Amino acid sequence: MTPGDQDSLAAEHPDDTVASFEEEGNHFSNQVRNWLHQTPAAVPLIVLVISTIVFGLVLGSKFFSPFALTLILQQVAIVGIVALAQSLVILTAGIDLSVGAIMVFSSVIMGQFTFRYGLPVEVSVFCGLFAGTLMGAINGVLVAVVRLPPFIVTLGTWQIFLAANFLYSENETIRGSDIADQAPLLQFFGEKFKIGGAIFTYGVVLMLVLAVVLAYMLRYTAWGRHVYAVGDDPDAAELSGVRTKRVLISVYALSGLICAIAGWVLIGRIGSVSPTSGQLANIEAITAVVIGGISLFGGRGSILGSLCGALIVGVFSLGLRMVGTDPQWTYLLIGLLIILAVGIDQWIRKVAV
Amino acid sequence: MMTPILSARQITKKFGRVVALDNCDFDLMPGEVLGVIGDNGAGKSTLIKALSGALRPDHGEVRLEGDLVQFHEPLEARRAGIETVYQNLALSPALSIADNMFLGREIRKPGLLGSVFRFLDRTEMESQSRALLTELGLLTIQNIGQTVETLSGGQRQGIAVARAAAFGSKVIIMDEPTAALGVKESRRVLELIRDVQSKGISIVLISHNMPHVFEVASRIHIHRLGKRLCVIDPKKYEMSDAVAFMTGAKVPEGPDFA
Amino acid sequence: MKKLLVSTAITMALMSTAAVADVAACLITKTDTNPFFVKMKEGATARAAEIGVSLKTYAGKIDGDHQSQVAAIETCIADGAKGILIAASDTKAIVGSVTQARDAGLVVIALDTPLEPMDAADATFATDNFLAGELIGKWAAAALGADAANARIGMLDLAVSQPSVGVLRDQGFLQGFGIDLGNPNKWGDETDPRIVGNDVTAGNEEGGRRAMENLLAKDPMINVVYTINEPAASGAYEALKAIGRENDVLIVSVDGGCPGVADVKDGVIGATSQQYPLLMAALGIEAIKTWADSGVKPAPTPGKAFFDTGVSLVTDKPAPGVPSIDTKEGTDRCWG
Repeated sequence: MTPGDQDSLAAEHPDDTVASFEEEGNHFSNQVRNWLHQTPAAVPLIVLVISTIVFGLVLGSKFFSPFALTLILQQVAIVGIVALAQSLVILTAGIDLSVGAIMVFSSVIMGQFTFRYGLPVEVSVFCGLFAGTLMGAINGVLVAVVRLPPFIVTLGTWQIFLAANFLYSENETIRGSDIADQAPLLQFFGEKFKIGGAIFTYGVVLMLVLAVVLAYMLRYTAWGRHVYAVGDDPDAAELSGVRTKRVLISVYALSGLICAIAGWVLIGRIGSVSPTSGQLANIEAITAVVIGGISLFGGRGSILGSLCGALIVGVFSLGLRMVGTDPQWTYLLIGLLIILAVGIDQWIRKVAV
Repeated sequence: MMTPILSARQITKKFGRVVALDNCDFDLMPGEVLGVIGDNGAGKSTLIKALSGALRPDHGEVRLEGDLVQFHEPLEARRAGIETVYQNLALSPALSIADNMFLGREIRKPGLLGSVFRFLDRTEMESQSRALLTELGLLTIQNIGQTVETLSGGQRQGIAVARAAAFGSKVIIMDEPTAALGVKESRRVLELIRDVQSKGISIVLISHNMPHVFEVASRIHIHRLGKRLCVIDPKKYEMSDAVAFMTGAKVPEGPDFA
Repeated sequence: MKKLLVSTAITMALMSTAAVADVAACLITKTDTNPFFVKMKEGATARAAEIGVSLKTYAGKIDGDHQSQVAAIETCIADGAKGILIAASDTKAIVGSVTQARDAGLVVIALDTPLEPMDAADATFATDNFLAGELIGKWAAAALGADAANARIGMLDLAVSQPSVGVLRDQGFLQGFGIDLGNPNKWGDETDPRIVGNDVTAGNEEGGRRAMENLLAKDPMINVVYTINEPAASGAYEALKAIGRENDVLIVSVDGGCPGVADVKDGVIGATSQQYPLLMAALGIEAIKTWADSGVKPAPTPGKAFFDTGVSLVTDKPAPGVPSIDTKEGTDRCWG
C-alpha cells in the first residue's frame, strides 16, 4: 500500500481528532483518584482534620482549647522544619539520614562559637547556618557528582557529622541560664506571643513561613519544576536541558541550611545547647514526610503535605497522652498511618496508563 | 558545493571495549531531510547523542554551519539551535504537558515578579502550548494542565515531536518518531516533517520504517558497524537495496560511491 | 612444616600470656555522651592507671541500647578480662550475659543501676537511688509545709520500660513526700489524687520539655515536679517558663552534676540529690584488682544489699529535718 492509498482512506473518514481522552467510566473511586492525583496534599489534610475532631470529641475542651492546639504546634515545630528539609530531598527521589546530625551539630557550633571562643552571637549563628549548608552541600556533591546512592551517602555522613558533633562539643551542655544571660539571641525562636489563650512561639511562626516560602518556590519557580523533574525521571530531565547536578546539589545544600535553622529553633525550645538532642529527628522527619503523602520514589507530592504529616503525629501524640493510654499505642498508630499513606500513594499513582 | 549545516568527522566513541562509533562521518545539508537507517546496534543512537550534546565523543569534531562546536551538555546544543526527539522521549511523567513543553526554558512573568521573585508565567506557557499543539494539528487536548503520565504512548510522542518542532531553529533530530504511533498519527508526523522542512529547518530522521523514510527523505545515510557506509538518493534506489546495504548483503559500488 | 606451625603457635601463646602483667578490666556504660558516664569513665581510667589495671571501655549508642552492651560483655570474656563494671541499659535483659561472664570466671560489678535481680551481679556499687529520691521528697514536702496536703505533683520519669534507677528514685521521692506507693517495684500505679500524672523523658532536655508540656496540658496548676535527672529538669523548666509559671513550681532532681548544681544555685532547680560517679568507678576498679589478686569479692555496705557510694542533698534553702549541703560545697564535689 503506497502512502497515497493511506491518504485516501483518511480522506474518506475525515475525522480530525487523532487522540481524545476516554473517561474510564465515571466510578466514584476513579473520580476521587483523579482529584487526589491533582491535589496531593488533600489526604493528609483530611486525616489531620478528622483526627483533631475525633480527639476533640473524646477529650472535650481540654484538647480543643487554644492552649492545647498551639501546644501541638510548638511540640511539632522542630520536626516540622526538619521535615521540610527532608521533603525537598525526597522529592528528588533521594533521602537524607543526616538531617538530625546536621541540626544538632549546627546548634552546637552556634553555642560553642559564642561561649568557647567569645565570638559575637550574630557571627556564631551565621557560622552555624553556614556549617549546616556546607554539610548539606557535601551530601549533594557525593550524590550528584560522585553518583553515590543517597541512602548510603547520608548513612555515612550521619555517623560522621554526629561523631564530629560529640567530639567537638566534648559532650558539654551549655546551660540555659548562661545562654539567657549572655547570648539571648540563641534562644530567640523560643520567645512567644499570645493571641487570646493561644501561645505562638517564633519557632512555630518560622515553620509556617518556611513552609509557605518553599511551597511557593516549588510551584512557581523554574527551579521548583526542575526539582520535580529530577525526582521523576532524571534522565529525561537531563536530556530536556535541566542541569540535574546543580539542582541536586542545591536541594541538599538548602536542606542543610533548613536543618541548621531547625538547630537554632531547638536551642529556643530546650533553652540549652545539648549535643545529645535530635537523635530521632531523621526518622521523625521521614515519618512526617511519608504520612504527608510525598512519594519516596520522587517527583510528586506537596510540601504542605509534610507539614500536615508532622501535625498528624503531633495530634496523635498529645491526644493519646491526654487520653492516658500507654505511649506505645502512639507508636503503633503512627506505624499504621505510614503504611496507609504509602498504600494510598501507590493507588493514586495508578492514574497513569 | 554547499556547506553542510551540521557535520561530523572521524567521531569515535567507545563504551569500555565496545566501539559504538568508529571514525564516523556525517553530513546534513541545509534544508534537507536526511534519513538515517541502520541495523540494531549499528550506532545510530550513539551518533545522534554525540551530535545533540548528550554524549561527548572520544575523538573527532562536530561542526555547525561550518564552525567547530563542542557540546558539553544537551542544553548547549539546544541553545545552538539543535533540538532532539529522543527514542525514550525525555518527558517527565509527573509534570504537566505545558511544564514539559517548556522544561529548561520556562517563561517568567514580566517585570519585577519575574526577575526578582522568579514567578513562572503559567498562563502564558499553557496558552502557548495549546496553540502549538493545535497549530501542528497533532492532538486535541481538553486539559493542558494534565500530567504527561496520564497520556498514551502515542500522545506522549506527539508532544515530544511538537516540542522539538516548536523550538528547533536550525536542526531537528528525530530518533524513531513514529515508532509508537498509529497510521493516522504517523501521517501527521510526516506532514509535520514536511512543514518544518518548508520553514527552512534541516531534519535528521532515524527510523526503521522504510516507507516513511523513503517518502520524506532527500538523502538517506546508511549506518553500518559504527560508521557511515554510504549515502543514497531514495529516487535512484529501491527499499530492498537500502536494506541490503544496511545488512551487508550487498556492497555499494559504482560511480555513486566515491 | 607442621612442627613449625605448632611451635610458632605455642610461642605466641606464651608471649601473650607473658605480656599480661596488668589485670584486665572492662567498663561498660550506658552511653558515651551523658556526662555522668563520661565522668564515670574518667574516674575508672584514672584509678586503673594508678593501680596497674588495663582498662577497656565500651558504651551503648544511646541510653537503652542493650545490644551494644551484650556485645561488649562477649568481647570482654573473649579478651580475657578479670572483671566487668557495667551500668546496664536494660537491667533485666542483661542478666543472661552477666551470668555467662560470671560462669567464665569474671567478676561482674553493677555500677549506678542495680540489675534485676540485684544478686545477678557479684556486687553493686551504686548510689542508694531510693534514698536519693527520699531526700528530695522529704525536702519538697518540708518546703511546701502545710500546702503539701494539696500539692499537685508532676512525675517526669525515665522510660516506659521502667529501669530500676527510674523506679527507685520515683518511689523514693513519693515515700519521702508521704504518698502511698502501691507496688514499690513500679511507678504509675499510685492512687493518691495529688499526683497529676507520669510521663517519660529519656533523661534529656527535649524529653523533659515535652513531658512537662503534656502534664501541664492535663493540669496547668502543677506546683511540684519530680524529675529523673537534671537535663530533664532543665527541659521542664523551659516548659514552665513558657507559661510564665517558672517561679511558682518546685522542681527537684537527682544527679549532682556541675551544670545541675549551678541550676540549683540559679533557682531553676529547688534541690537535687548529688551522686558520686567518680567514686563509684574508682571503687569498682579497686574491687576488680582485689578479686584478681586474692579472689575476695567486694562486700556490701552493712544493712544494704549493695555498696552505697553516698548521696547528698544539695540546696540553698535547707528544710528542717532534712540534712543537706549548700551549692558551694555541691560545686566543689560536683562532676561533669
